Amino acid sequence: MSRLLTLDQVTFAYDRRQVVSDLSFSLDEGDYLAIIGENGSGKTTLLLGLLGLKEPAGGTIRRSEALRAHRIGYLPQQVPEQRDFPATVREIILSGRLNRHGLVAFYKKEDRQAADAVIRKLSLEDLEKRSFRELSGGQRQRVLLARAMTAAEGLLLMDEPVAGLDPIVSHEFYRLIRQLNKSGTTVIMVSHDIHCVTRDATHVLHLGYGHHYFGTAAEYMSSDLVASYLPGHGRKKP
Amino acid sequence: MMSFLTDFFSFSFLLRALIGGSLVALCASLLGTSLVLTRYAMIGDGLSHVAFGALAVAMALSASPLAVSIPIVMAAAFLLLRMSGSGRVRADAAIAMLSSVSMAAGIVVISLSTGMNTDLYSFMFGSILSMTRSDLTLAVILSLVVALLFVFSYNNLFAITFDENFARASGIRAGLWNGLLAILASVTIVLGMRMMGAILISSLIIFPPLSAMRLSGSFKGVTLVSALSSLVCFVTGLFLSYGLDLPSGPVIVLVNAFCFLLFALISLIRKRSGPGPLPKP
Repeated sequence: MSRLLTLDQVTFAYDRRQVVSDLSFSLDEGDYLAIIGENGSGKTTLLLGLLGLKEPAGGTIRRSEALRAHRIGYLPQQVPEQRDFPATVREIILSGRLNRHGLVAFYKKEDRQAADAVIRKLSLEDLEKRSFRELSGGQRQRVLLARAMTAAEGLLLMDEPVAGLDPIVSHEFYRLIRQLNKSGTTVIMVSHDIHCVTRDATHVLHLGYGHHYFGTAAEYMSSDLVASYLPGHGRKKP
Repeated sequence: MMSFLTDFFSFSFLLRALIGGSLVALCASLLGTSLVLTRYAMIGDGLSHVAFGALAVAMALSASPLAVSIPIVMAAAFLLLRMSGSGRVRADAAIAMLSSVSMAAGIVVISLSTGMNTDLYSFMFGSILSMTRSDLTLAVILSLVVALLFVFSYNNLFAITFDENFARASGIRAGLWNGLLAILASVTIVLGMRMMGAILISSLIIFPPLSAMRLSGSFKGVTLVSALSSLVCFVTGLFLSYGLDLPSGPVIVLVNAFCFLLFALISLIRKRSGPGPLPKP
């Protein structure tokens, strides 16, 4: 297993206000990292930093060769505007391949084949020609996952992927991610849902104001932090 | 009918209006697809009011209208993009603010210089007499740039329109693209404004994509239908306004509105007749 990502005393800030401070951890290929923490603890900012879209205000981020070439399968939080967007499922999934193109972007045969492979893998054949705006929430999320996988098979970065999905659909989505992880995909997921996190994840990063916790899922479960986060003890998730 | 057409084409200004206007309508509908879907549609409206103010200043200084208004409108476009990006001032409120101030300044400048006269009327509601030779040249250049953009970078444009964050993570420089779209939209608005009128030009940006979205569920379909319907509506509206001796801007807007209603009706009938197979993109 090779090292994918190392953060060393990294700090992120907006207008000098520190959002994430002094964060160090590292991740290997095949890991499943769950990032949890209160609202405003900088989870989304950290994801943007890992994607290279936000420069750290301090510290260093070392990325493996693959990550430097924008080869990350990113599944952003769904924005409401997307819900009535006129685009076919295929148009969306193909756009995952744009990280291999420059200013002039024509899809080639291998792009279409890569999209076809992911469509088969996620059993989206029936939806391929449908419009995104006609799909259910769970179907939409599967399509956006397919786009992420078309961008990069090796690493998936997800920002609260089950937000707004009903329990059955969320469960199904987690199962899918677990399968992908078992077959070698590295997963980084921001989530509020601690149960699935602790069942599936290999590592946990708990972002707090002031100090952070990073360790394996098993270590985390026996730590004091969990007691304050489990439903019944901590804040209910929104 | 034939004599109507020979009459029409015997006036070179009408021919210029037809060619220049069609090109502007085409650019507006293509850029509009992206602007409407990214919720920047109101920027088009705001910019047209800024263009009105800028044009009034140009008239008062007896300067070239294009040379004065294009830089001012571009600056306003970047300002509005920045404001809607930063989230500090609510974008819609910011646009409304800028719109009314520019409009007010424009009217004051006109009153101080030439007085309220037919110039103001044609500024507000457009005139087909206004397409000059230099306007036409600029319209040709603009449509070439827009065409190049859509032919070679259509897929990038789709990615940014659909999901800017994902596009940025794919290495597409979204800031650059948004800036480019703002520049092109500015030129389109300044060019189209004198023909359509300051308060009506934004309809060329907003109507065609909205109409197209009734008919098609794919981005490619919406882009094509939008361009085609914009072109057909513009030409129809221009001939109608000439034949009925009405101002061109309002007639073109009404034709666009009719097209929207027609497409909405078609989509309603389609839904009624069952889910059926969807139209191919």
